[in-house]
Amino acid sequence: MIVEKAILAVITTKEEQVGGGAPIFICASNEELQLFSTNLEAIMDGIAHRLSDEVYIIVKH
Amino acid sequence: MEIEYYAQAILFGVVAGTLARLITLRSDYRQYPTYLHGRIIHLSLGFIAASLGALAIPALLEMEFTAVTFLTVAATQFRDVRNMERNTLTELDQFELVSRGSTYIEGIAISFEGRNYLVMFAAFLTTFAYINWGWFPSTVVGVLTIVAALSFMSGSSLRDIVEIEESDISFDGAGLYVDNIYIMNIGIEERQEEILKYGMGFILTPKNINVITTISNLGQRQAILHDVSATLGIYKDSGTPALAPLIKRDLDDGRLGVFILPLVRDADLAKKVIGSVPVLENAIKMPSEATFLKGGKK
Repeated sequence: MIVEKAILAVITTKEEQVGGGAPIFICASNEELQLFSTNLEAIMDGIAHRLSDEVYIIVKH
Repeated sequence: MEIEYYAQAILFGVVAGTLARLITLRSDYRQYPTYLHGRIIHLSLGFIAASLGALAIPALLEMEFTAVTFLTVAATQFRDVRNMERNTLTELDQFELVSRGSTYIEGIAISFEGRNYLVMFAAFLTTFAYINWGWFPSTVVGVLTIVAALSFMSGSSLRDIVEIEESDISFDGAGLYVDNIYIMNIGIEERQEEILKYGMGFILTPKNINVITTISNLGQRQAILHDVSATLGIYKDSGTPALAPLIKRDLDDGRLGVFILPLVRDADLAKKVIGSVPVLENAIKMPSEATFLKGGKK
């Protein structure tokens, strides 16, 4: 099976909502969340998707 | 008959065939075949095709029936042309910012093969006319076959099958929409602003039921994106996958939502470009031609 998409990182301000295999970044504020997501998007060549206002994921397409 | 007479007949055929290839060989906005070297390859192949076509009639007249088997060699040869084009284009496609997609590539490759057969046919008919009626009718036949080759060349374009309208792009939360068609999820606000600034949206409404299936083809959609980006430029670089032009479909009525990021932000021009995208042969489906739906064979 070829996995076409993968979650490379999870960025959140709500620690209790996330868990699992991908690296998790816990941020203190919404600004930090945006900053982390922008940087990770650029570094990983993935797309930052917003699941909710508190949880972002970086997905490789 | 005299050998000189044959030589002239063959010459006429070869010239008509090579001319036909020269005229049907166009490096337009796609810049393929590449200027000069790519063209030389295809002109030479056209010359070979024309020679093969022109030789067939004299060979038959001299009762050399086995000579016709070399036409099968020609068929193999031109299938190789198609393979060659397919392989080259597929290799190059990896390095395009917006790829052509294999349906488009197959469409290009198939027309290279097809045009060589047209060339052979043009040479064949011209030689035939020369031997039967002389040089003047032969010239007329030559011109006619070239005109026929040109008419075979032009397939239909998107503007024949869909209505194209500009549409607003908007965000609902993280979801990017063109009209009411969901395109993708963009999380970062900065990126959203960029997309609202540089993005443009278009809605393609199919004109009939056959078109719905044709434009839903992923290859056809990729062809639209490639042609638009090749002509109008693209606001994207490697490593910015979020800035990706995309086309999604409205499942209710088969309309397409086209989201593009052109450098030239001219809606009328973009409509023209989308309208001129060729309808790919391999994407065309004709549900209305299904005989079992019409109640038996035609």
